[in-house]
Amino acid sequence: MGSSKVIHALYTDDDVLLAAVKAVKNEKHHIEEIFTPFPVHGLDKAMGLEPTRIAIAAFMYGCVGLIVATVMMNYIMIEDWPQNIGGKPSFSYIENMPAFVPIMFELTVFFAAHLMVITFYLRSRMWPFKNAENPDPRTTDDHFLMEIPVHDNEKELKALLTKSGAVEVHIVDKEAH
Amino acid sequence: MYTFSKRLKIVSLALFVIGVIGWGTSYVESHGLTLDDVKVLLAEENSHHGADASHGEETTEATHHDVQTDAEAHAAMIHSTHDSDAHSEESHHDDAHAEHVLHQMHNRPYAALYVAAFFFFMISLGVLAFYGIQYAAQAGWSPVLFRVMEAITYYVLPGGLIVLGIALWAGDHIFIWMDPEVVAHDELIQAKSGWLDKTWFAIRGLIFIAGWSLYRYFSRKFSLAQDLADVNDNSNFKKNFRISAAFLVFYIYTESIMSWDWIMSVDPHWFSTLFGWYVFASMFVSGITVIALITIYLKSKGLMEFVNDSHLHDLAKFMFAISVFWTYLWFSQFMLIWYANIPEEVTYFVTRIEDYNLPFFGMIILNFIFPFLVLMNSDYKRVPWFIVMAGIVILFGHYIDVFNMIMPATVGDRWFIGVPEISAILLFLGLFLFIVFYALSKAPLLAKGNPFIKESEHFHY
Repeated sequence: MGSSKVIHALYTDDDVLLAAVKAVKNEKHHIEEIFTPFPVHGLDKAMGLEPTRIAIAAFMYGCVGLIVATVMMNYIMIEDWPQNIGGKPSFSYIENMPAFVPIMFELTVFFAAHLMVITFYLRSRMWPFKNAENPDPRTTDDHFLMEIPVHDNEKELKALLTKSGAVEVHIVDKEAH
Repeated sequence: MYTFSKRLKIVSLALFVIGVIGWGTSYVESHGLTLDDVKVLLAEENSHHGADASHGEETTEATHHDVQTDAEAHAAMIHSTHDSDAHSEESHHDDAHAEHVLHQMHNRPYAALYVAAFFFFMISLGVLAFYGIQYAAQAGWSPVLFRVMEAITYYVLPGGLIVLGIALWAGDHIFIWMDPEVVAHDELIQAKSGWLDKTWFAIRGLIFIAGWSLYRYFSRKFSLAQDLADVNDNSNFKKNFRISAAFLVFYIYTESIMSWDWIMSVDPHWFSTLFGWYVFASMFVSGITVIALITIYLKSKGLMEFVNDSHLHDLAKFMFAISVFWTYLWFSQFMLIWYANIPEEVTYFVTRIEDYNLPFFGMIILNFIFPFLVLMNSDYKRVPWFIVMAGIVILFGHYIDVFNMIMPATVGDRWFIGVPEISAILLFLGLFLFIVFYALSKAPLLAKGNPFIKESEHFHY
């Protein structure tokens, strides 16, 4: 892919931005991306983004954690070096399970939480030594930026965005990642 | 405004009457039993077990908590070594055992009635705590549900008096420490007799019920007065905020003490320091579940259009969260006692695992695994029939929880969920529905004067 033209519209208020997003969606334009200094409540719904599937991933990671804990404790405490737990030397995992429940719980949470964060970073294309994709550093301070791809409709888009309350509108040649 | 429909009135009264008849029959039946009947019954049971089992029965009685098969092997051993002793005492043992079983069978209708009475009372007390928390936290999402909560808590006063009344009427059928004969031979109970005293028990119970009912009375009064007040006058809401904060302090102490008195003292030798919390978790989740069920019912009738998906979502989140909280407390109590393995503590769980295996472990599935898996998905928490299904399972599971707390101490291994238990449930279900829906019909379903009502109506997640 070569370079493509996009339009950048900057806003200074989240409510104005939200109204602008609705106006742009009403005109059936595709919004490529929005950069905000903080999470804006309801923005994902206004943009028509699909709900996140990270919960499904978290559930699977939790199951992995539970299995790891079970296999690990069974190996350590029952098979490799059998332990007399609580004065009840049964050497059976299931009969000693109450002692292992805290570990099973903790590892479930540990796996779900850590792998979920890592998944989120990767899915957001963020990894070590990656250059930021942020087009304008002001979006980390007090500006909101909406990015819309241009398909020979510059004038129409410009008028629409200015009307919707944008403080700056400019056309940029964007390098493909 | 909700009008108490004639059909629902008839249904709840019918449930009540069926319950009274069923329970009354089983009461009369159990009191008609004599020692000879029990001996015949035991002989029949023994013949099912085979010839050797009679010795097993006898030793189970003596050691009480051994595994049945262990006890049989044990009995055979004792039998061979102390042959002559065993024979001379055999007839005496059989009589004592039969009498013991007879007592357990007499206790069953009392215990069945008490379990059901406590279960329905616990729902309304749990809702009262939830309601108090909403006011004290000045919650913005929940005021649309206040009238449902106020209706459910109307049952606190009658329900509490009924539970206390049954406890005092049943006496040593449920609370063994109320029997002076038992106390005379039991040093552990003697040491606790300063607390476990029938008069003091009754006075404490009345103080608790009076405190809860007073809060409920004034809170409801201020809530209704706030509806009629001027838009800029929030004085009734502020009063409600203050008394709710005070009530919550009173509640957490009295609820704990109530749980020791009304439940934990059925096993007077045993104690657990987190028992109050454990009972609280049970009543809290049951209460929230009933709020959700009644709200869904009224919404389906088109009477609570102001309740949206997000309110149901939040109630379902609470059902999910408090189910997990209950499991956490259940396990905390179980694990410490299991680990330490101190005889006087561990017998509590040994009886439950041996004689109550199905209800004891079944309860974990009903109260934890099922709601955990069903209500985990965010979208399912917004689907009314999912909430209803999970809610019914949770309520059944918490009935079993109360059952497991009371029955082992009163009927031992002679338990069954049969006519007395089911009739008692129907009896109190009828009463509960009648009182709650009567209270619902007394005021508009929207607490329109609450300063947070607009926020609540627009609440969305």
